[in-house]
Amino acid sequence: MYTLPNKLKLFAVIFMVVGAIGIISGFLTAPGTTAEVKEMMADHHGEDHNGHNALKEAHNDSEEAAVGTHGENAHDSEEAHLEHTLHQMQNRPWSALYIACFFFFMIALGCLAFYAIQWAAQAGWSPVLFRVMEAITAYLVPGGIIMFVLIALSGLHINHLFVWADPEVVAHDKLIQGKAGWLNSTGLLIRAAIFLGGWMLYRHFAVKFSRKSDDATDNRWFKKSFKISAAFLVFFIYTESMMSWDWIMSFDPHWFSTLFGWYVFAGMMVCAVTVIAMVTILLKSQGYLEFVNDSHIHDLAKYMFAFSIFWTYLWFSQFMLIWYANIPEEVTYFVTRIEDFKLPFFGMVAMNFVFPVLLLMNSDYKRVNWFVILTGIVILAGHYIDVYLMITPGTVGASWFIGVPELGAMSFFFGLFVFVVFMALTKAPLLIKNNPFMKESKHFHY
Amino acid sequence: MASKVIHAIYNDDDILLHAVKQVRNEHYHIEEVYTPFPVHGLEKAMGLADTRIAITSFLYGLVGLSVAIVMMNYIMIEDWPQDIGGKPSFSYIENMPAFVPIMFEMTVFFAAHLMVITFYMRSKLWPFKKAENPDVRTTDDHFLMAVDAGHHDVEKLSKFLYDTGALEISLIENEEDH
Repeated sequence: MYTLPNKLKLFAVIFMVVGAIGIISGFLTAPGTTAEVKEMMADHHGEDHNGHNALKEAHNDSEEAAVGTHGENAHDSEEAHLEHTLHQMQNRPWSALYIACFFFFMIALGCLAFYAIQWAAQAGWSPVLFRVMEAITAYLVPGGIIMFVLIALSGLHINHLFVWADPEVVAHDKLIQGKAGWLNSTGLLIRAAIFLGGWMLYRHFAVKFSRKSDDATDNRWFKKSFKISAAFLVFFIYTESMMSWDWIMSFDPHWFSTLFGWYVFAGMMVCAVTVIAMVTILLKSQGYLEFVNDSHIHDLAKYMFAFSIFWTYLWFSQFMLIWYANIPEEVTYFVTRIEDFKLPFFGMVAMNFVFPVLLLMNSDYKRVNWFVILTGIVILAGHYIDVYLMITPGTVGASWFIGVPELGAMSFFFGLFVFVVFMALTKAPLLIKNNPFMKESKHFHY
Repeated sequence: MASKVIHAIYNDDDILLHAVKQVRNEHYHIEEVYTPFPVHGLEKAMGLADTRIAITSFLYGLVGLSVAIVMMNYIMIEDWPQDIGGKPSFSYIENMPAFVPIMFEMTVFFAAHLMVITFYMRSKLWPFKKAENPDVRTTDDHFLMAVDAGHHDVEKLSKFLYDTGALEISLIENEEDH
């Protein structure tokens, strides 16, 4: 049995408290009126204007004229522009909270899917890791509830995260009107309840059967676990896809991508496997999980490597087709990201692809624990930025910055995640019993 | 100089694997083991060095990647500049996404083909080459371990091999040195 060290508890609580302070200060410092926005912009953009002037002088006449007309238009609608920026800045703490909440939620959800795959495939290598996976999926319940609350607040237009939830916007937008049959607050909440309910239901029974199996003498619970896991995977792959449209893609309600569900899935799987590997290595370094050997870590690292490449494949498939076809309503998604988010956009691809590919390519490195941890940290940071870039351009736009609200929200949910996961580890022995694959798993050698 | 080799035949991979460990423990030199299928863990038991083909594969992949980059730059940008996707920038870097599938394919193509060729050359395999296996049964259901008899006592070595589970033991004397 695992006992939660007090130090770890304190560690998690400190992160939660610091994070909560960050979140609250994010909400308090958000501007309330356009006058405040003007003040903030005057403070920030003093240097920028000098830069622009220097640029203007270097431009030739025609371009300068273009800049001039643009400037006039901006003057005409200065108030509207300030109003727009105000909304973006007011969205920022909400958006930061939403991104961090979703990021940790998707780790638990990806882990649940990975766990179900192990059962449905009757994998022989992984049963020694089942209790670790079960503990990580424990975050699904609190994380899912917070996620639901945030979605309800956004869907009911308490905050302005979902543009399509604003009746005034919809009234003037033909495209959103056409999608209103799907994109409406009632539908969003009903679907979210079904998704979350279904996932939590599976998690509840999977863990229950796994615990019951410990005391059983036959394979009854094992067979039941197999059946519900297979059923869950069918449910999951549909609901995960719809979840990604509802919870993420609808931030850009004009835009659509048919492989978006897969793309989000690939990201969540990388993160989930990475977290499984990290928790396993951490527990092993503290003297637990003595039955986990190098080959298990090796296999997890192989999954990290492979899913990173899979993620990149989907990222690039989505990017290249849209870039090549250059259809305005599609390409605007990437134009926004490349123009306003150049560094995180390309930096994230390097972190999520180049880094894991080069570091985890060598077979021997996949067994070096600190190497796996190091790569895992970069992968997790890279996928946080990935989620950030899926959401922020539709909510905060060009007024983005990764500062106190973002780091605060991340820190809060990290603390909560650590607390819930390690608390769940104490609930049951770290090795499942009475699994027909146990011997194979213990002797697993790749 | 004549070299003496003892061929010991086994009919089970587990017994063979165990025998290989015992033979190495006694510091006899195993020249080669012939098996009808890959035996898991055999190369470790025989103490063979890890393959370096993965390193060559990586290097060949880099070669393929470079070839793809140079090739596409020459074909699509320099020799006959193309308007790619309605974006006539005529710059390699701006058209790079269109070339990524080619870069990927060439990387895989070079890595795979050159790796196979390297493997053939390193294993001294070529078309019409006469098979080297000393006993055709090793292509069916028997395992053969060739142990260097050298200056050892042949009687003692045979007895020892017999105890490790060998079914047949034969002494082969090669006239030519190889």
